[in-house]
Amino acid sequence: MRPLLEQACWDTLYMVGWSTLIAVVGGLPLGVLLVLTDRGGLLQNLVANKVIGQVVNIARSMPFIILMVALMNFTRSLTGTTIGREAAIVPLAIGAIPFFARLVETAVREVDGGLVEAVQAMGGNTWTVVRKVLVPESLPSLVSSTTTTIVALIGYSAMAGTVGAGGLGDIAIRYGYQRFETDLMWITVGILAVVISVIQFAGDYAARSLYRRGGRSGSAPKLRLLKAKEPAAADISKVA
Amino acid sequence: MHPPGHTHALRTTVTETHVITTSGLTKVYRSRGREVTALDGVDLHVREGEVYGVIGQSGAGKSSLIRCINLLERPTAGTVTVAGQDLTALAGRGPRAGRELRRARNRIGMVFQHFNLLSTRTVQDNVELPLEILGTSGKERSRKALELLDLVGLADKARAYPAQLSGGQKQRVGIARALAGDPKVLLSDEATSALDPETTRSILQLLRDLNRQLGLTVLLITHEMDVVKSICDSAALMENGRVVESGTVSELLATPGSELASALFPVGGEASGADRTVVDVTFQGEAATRPVISQLSRTYNIDISILGAAIDTVGGLQVGRMRIELPGGYEENVVPIGFLREQGLQIDVLGAAGQEPPLVKEGAK
Repeated sequence: MRPLLEQACWDTLYMVGWSTLIAVVGGLPLGVLLVLTDRGGLLQNLVANKVIGQVVNIARSMPFIILMVALMNFTRSLTGTTIGREAAIVPLAIGAIPFFARLVETAVREVDGGLVEAVQAMGGNTWTVVRKVLVPESLPSLVSSTTTTIVALIGYSAMAGTVGAGGLGDIAIRYGYQRFETDLMWITVGILAVVISVIQFAGDYAARSLYRRGGRSGSAPKLRLLKAKEPAAADISKVA
Repeated sequence: MHPPGHTHALRTTVTETHVITTSGLTKVYRSRGREVTALDGVDLHVREGEVYGVIGQSGAGKSSLIRCINLLERPTAGTVTVAGQDLTALAGRGPRAGRELRRARNRIGMVFQHFNLLSTRTVQDNVELPLEILGTSGKERSRKALELLDLVGLADKARAYPAQLSGGQKQRVGIARALAGDPKVLLSDEATSALDPETTRSILQLLRDLNRQLGLTVLLITHEMDVVKSICDSAALMENGRVVESGTVSELLATPGSELASALFPVGGEASGADRTVVDVTFQGEAATRPVISQLSRTYNIDISILGAAIDTVGGLQVGRMRIELPGGYEENVVPIGFLREQGLQIDVLGAAGQEPPLVKEGAK
């Protein structure tokens, strides 16, 4: 039983590790592009924005198991096989790219527009803005997004067992559920729970320490003396 | 290096060269078929070495104006020239800034109301950012950044993060950053509006010192009259996208009926009854030292009441203003008022007592 579980752990980590890496590499630029091409963005291009947005939506609406089957030919052309861990990485990564891209989009939108303006005023171009402002300033959120993506991928990877990729989820389904080895099922579920907790904890910790390092987005204490005075004066006149 | 503040002895050298010129600057925002004119043919002339304040209510177009000057906003029409360079010509047609324009922007510093510092960078790294964009080497960057931080009095905070600083300190970092590209011109977008009065004073003092030490031309926009009063050499009043008054502070104070002048230097006081003439007298320079009021009283044998008076420093000028009341209507006082004008004083006659005073422009002459 132990070697079985050990192997399953490695399979899961292998698949999730690679597909996360690919999802981050692919999803980050896509998410940034979604922000830049939107109305009022630095590369405003509403057509491109709509197209990217739609592709992302369609990819996200696809149930993972269907995506896996739909991508079989593509997987084969890439890895030479449709079975095994490598074959599972392809649909996992492709399913995770749009997922991560949306999370990136949300994170990058949170960056204060004033910072972008400041960098433009110093003569920075769009690439400078992305490199020096958008990505570094949203880094804590991006780290959290990566954690969320990893956890989602661990969930998806259970289904990768259907293409013979192995992994913890696969053990739980095949041995635990289909062969009524309830003990083994609970053990794998327990291991998954521990793995996910550790990943979540590590991700939160990393995000928090990044967040704390910069304090919060450094911008202003929104104290506007003149603005504050007006309503106060109005109140007084009402009382009087 | 000494902290700024010891340099009052230095005189500002304002030359007659215009370092910022806008002509016919117009900005129209279009959204969903509606058009909003934020700037309506603004002509602005900022002389080299001066501190120029643009004041107006929110919505008057100040923000659009300052953003059109470094072309963060594209003007709909008109031209902007900074340090002899026609920026509107560099802009190109697309919404993105070309290389030439970006290079020009690097030579125009800008400070913001909400500081706009990068929270993930230390103070020093924030100041280095414009130099990174310029492609300056690492060693040179840190030398320059530390020098600038010293100049704004924050040498000890180089390693701190913006979140660890007070508002005033953040704005000092913002100013140091704006100076990194060795600009001739500094644009200040409500730089003190998020600060308390004490800090506002120290930041304004810093801007004034930099203006004097470095010969930096400062164009600032603000909604606070005190800002204009304490550091500006010239000012413009904006309303509904137009400049309605502009000039040097002394020109403005010498303009009869200038709204900006009376806002810069208000005197209060109501007429004590009907059949009185209320006159605002503004003294500048040597006219302030002569005993004009007692001369007036003796020469014409009239009783003069003083309703309100103040002496203040406006843009470095000693100015006195007094609201006096003469018995009798305006017609009876034409001669005494003429006497006051002859003394080189600026006279604004307010309307007859009891009424909302309509300004009588250029009375007797």
